[in-house]
Order: sequence, then C-alpha cells, then structure tokens
Amino acid sequence: MEYEAVIGLEVHVQVKTHSKMFCGCKNEFGAPPNTHTCPVCLGMPGVLPTPNLEAVKKTVLTGLMLGCEINRICKFDRKSYFYPDMPKNYQISQYDQPLCLDGGVVLGKYAFPKDAQKDPIASAKKNVRLIRIHLEEDVAKSFHFETTSGIDFNRAGTPLMEIVTQADIASPEEAFAFLSTLQQTLSQARISDADMEKGQLRCDCNISVRPKGQLEFGTKCEIKNMNSISGVRRAVAYEITRQIQTISNGGKISQETRRWDDAAGQTYLMRTKEQAHDYRYFPDPDLMPMRTDLGLVESMKQQMPETPSMREERYMRDYALNDYDASVLSSDIDLSHYFEGVLNAAQGDRQKVAKAIANFIINDLLGLLGGADQTLADCKIMPEHFGGLVSCVDAGKISSKQAKEVFVEMFATGKEPSTIIQEKGMVQISDEGALESFAKQAIEANPKSVDDYRAGKMAALNALKGQAIKLSKGKANPQLIGEVLEKLLNA
Amino acid sequence: MDVSYVAHLARLALSQDEITRFQSQLSGVLEHVGQMQKLDVEGIEPTAHASPVYNVFREDVELPSLPVEDALKNAPQQANNLIIMPKIVE
Repeated sequence: MEYEAVIGLEVHVQVKTHSKMFCGCKNEFGAPPNTHTCPVCLGMPGVLPTPNLEAVKKTVLTGLMLGCEINRICKFDRKSYFYPDMPKNYQISQYDQPLCLDGGVVLGKYAFPKDAQKDPIASAKKNVRLIRIHLEEDVAKSFHFETTSGIDFNRAGTPLMEIVTQADIASPEEAFAFLSTLQQTLSQARISDADMEKGQLRCDCNISVRPKGQLEFGTKCEIKNMNSISGVRRAVAYEITRQIQTISNGGKISQETRRWDDAAGQTYLMRTKEQAHDYRYFPDPDLMPMRTDLGLVESMKQQMPETPSMREERYMRDYALNDYDASVLSSDIDLSHYFEGVLNAAQGDRQKVAKAIANFIINDLLGLLGGADQTLADCKIMPEHFGGLVSCVDAGKISSKQAKEVFVEMFATGKEPSTIIQEKGMVQISDEGALESFAKQAIEANPKSVDDYRAGKMAALNALKGQAIKLSKGKANPQLIGEVLEKLLNA
Repeated sequence: MDVSYVAHLARLALSQDEITRFQSQLSGVLEHVGQMQKLDVEGIEPTAHASPVYNVFREDVELPSLPVEDALKNAPQQANNLIIMPKIVE
C-alpha cells in the first residue's frame, strides 16, 4: 500500500532584544549561569512583569512579513504546569488572542535541499499555511548530570515567538525548505539570528502517515531535539519510514513524543501522551491587553523590510536575472547589499551589467571566499572597484577572460582594477588596423579552417577567432576580431 | 469538579477525610460562582480586565540584574552557579 505523510511544525524563535520579555535583565546567550536574573524572571511573589515593546513590535513585523492577520486586541495568558525550568509554575504565553493569525510561507525552489531542487514539487511554489504566531517567555536552560540536574535562569523570561503551521507539509524536503525560508526571512529582518545550532530557532515536528487518499489523519508523533535544518530533514525522513514500517507490519502508532538522536540517526521514545495536559489557561491579571490598531500595525507596516522572496522577484523583474541567480543573491542580506553596491558603482546597461556581476559573485567570488575560509565581511574587493571592473569589460577595455584574472588579483590584494590592468599590461586591442593584422596572420596560418568556413562550417570562424586572440596574447577584443575576420573572409 | 484532580494539578497531597470535606466546600463555591452563568451576556464583548487600559509596555532597555550570589540564595543546593536539583527524567 502507498502511504503519505502529514507534517505540521511548531517553531520557537528567540526574538532579538536587549532585555528580557517582562523585565530589564539582559537577553544574552552564553553568559555565566544565573548572572542575568531578577525577582521578575526568578518568579518571586509580588513582582510586576511589564511587556517589552520591542518584542511585541518584532512579532507584529514577523506577522506582516508572513502575510498574517494581526489581531486587533491581544492578551497574555498564564499556562500552568510544573517543571523545574519554570520558576513561577506558569509560563506567560498567549492562548486565544495571539498577536498573529493565518499567513503562510511560500517554498521557493532554491530553499529546497540541493539534491531535491530538480523534483517538480520544488518548483510548485507551495504555500505552507500558518495557524498563528504568538509571543511568550522562554524557560530556563537545564543541564543533566549523573544524578542531578542544574538550572540556569539566564534564558528564563527571554522573548520567544511560537510559529505554528497547518499540517500542510508532505515531505522531509518541504520541512527543510520551510525552515530555511523562515530562517532567512527572520535573520534578514534582524528579528532573530535564528541559528538552530544555538537554539535560537527550535522546531518540534508533528508527523503522521496515512494510506494515500484517505481523508482521516493517522495517529501523530511529536519529534523533538533537532539542532539543524538538515537534522530536521533526516529526523522527519526516519520517522515517516518508521511509522510506515510499523503499520505495514501490522503494528499501531501510539501518540507519543520522540527524541531525535542525530548521531545514531534514530528517534527514541521520550514519553507517551496518555492524558492531555490541563494547562488551565487564563488571562494574566498582571498584564493589560494590547491593542494593535492604535498605531502599532501602521508603524510596523512602514518599517517592513523587503523579504528575500520579494527581493528575488525584484531582481528577476528589474535586472532580468534568472531564478537561480536571483535566489542566490537574495538568500543573504549582506550578499544582496554587496550586489546592489557593486551594481550602483558599475556603468553600462543595467541588465547586462547585473548579469555580469551576478556571474562574478556566484561563479568566482563565493568560491574564492569559501576557499579562503572567509566571509563577505572579510572580502577585500570594494564594491566600487568591483563595479569599475565590470564597467571596463562592458566598455570593451578588457576581455571577460582578462577580467577574471584581474578579479582573482583584486580578491587577493584589494587593489583597484585599473592598477592591476596597468601592471599586467592588459589593454584590450580594439584598434581596427591592429586587429586586421592579427586576423590576417590567423587566416594565413590556418588554410583548413578557412576552407571549412567557406564550405559553410560556421564553427570554423570560432577556431580562427581563437587563433587571432591567441596571436594578440589575449588582448584582442573578441567581438571586434570576429567582425574583422568575417569581413576579410567574405571579401 | 473532582477535588482529587484539582489537588493533583496543584501538587497537594490530601487525605481521604480532606477530599470529602473539600469536595462539598468546592461544590458550594462553584455553585455560588455558577450563578453568573444565568446572566444574559448577549452582545457583550468578552474582556480580560475590568479597566479599559491597553498597551502598557516598557522600552527595550537593559537594567542591572541581581548579583549571582543573591539570585542563588534560596537554592538548597548549588554548584558552579547552577541551581542543583534531583535529576529531571525525561
């Protein structure tokens, strides 16, 4: 029997703020344990929490960027349960009036893992719908030792956004694409650094399988403890196979929480969900409700940055870049800024120049950076110099082959292109008289190619062109030398 | 409402006598409050607070935290600035 998977995600994202959600303690990762605490985040009796406006703004901004409806009236609720990482024995969260509702994330082709980009589903521009986004406080971090556990309250009370999807995801690859798109969107808008390895973005996956075509959902399992986006892909793939095998062998899936062990490549049972939790949500009497229609939504709309997918579309529309180039250049905000900086500095036809810059960045620069173990911030090539180089090629001063050589030199030394061109004596020859002399030499030296050309083999012209350029030591303007050759041959 | 269930949620250990006694008390309280169910609230918007005050926020400004030794004062056991407790089993 053929089965299909039904997957929904709950994503927790740490919101980037200076201070915690309800008190002024510093919101910082990696400080010595329990150095960022106060009576509010330690859950002492009689304290008064006050919400951090910046965290609320960033949640609204996330909602706007993901096409959510922003709730007009929102409130905070208490979610009661006992756990050592939560000192008040309730977590301040949002229950029935979260900040954002609905919305969605469109999965672009290049958000999929590389090996899955050829699959038709990667080009389907599937929309994964969101149910809600709410704001809550994070819990403390626990460490587990041989016989004891240790608690660090530095993380307790820091702002945390929870993004819940509909069960719209059908494969491990779609889960990967969803998370990488979300990660890019949030980090580019500086809402969160969203690094899974640092726990800034955490994801629980609800997975079930059912015979293909069946309407009713199968019993779901919740998978926790993935610490990379590719780890999520592996965990989801493993869990789908496990569930299908269990059912095919006549077994039953029980509703349970499972932990992913990335090293072992397996999920393990954590706990079964025999009874539903009774969280006794009720409005937090310490916190006044929020109205988003008193200027909050309007001001956030004005501050809304371009999302990676909006930028991708703009690159395709304004500069006629292909979808691959546009997606690579918009995948990283620093790279986008760099690209646009170079483009502003370059002279010549916008579309032509944009394509040349895209080629240099994608085919040369990214490889050079990787090889040198550098990031864009370390890059010695100033956007102005890069733009200058592209202008030189566009104006026919040097060939694109020469430009590649100059580019490598610019990467290594940070020198201006004009200096390198001079040092290397790399001036492209566009003078017709000089070109004619190279063309004549090429024709005399290659009678066979000349015959082939006259017999109608157009490829022979390229061979002659290559010879002529070689004779010029690579300095002949390739387009002009072609024209000169044709003129001589057809004379 | 089952008293032993509520007691469990609050992690209270009640004796059989207490369960019997509190069961009737709790039922009385719920019945009293339950009179509100009879009110006609048609057309009244639900509200979480009595006063119409919205948007009480603080700016995102960092303030000094407690010295770590003060933060750990109530911890029965501590090591390396962590609060130590019986092992949490997942």
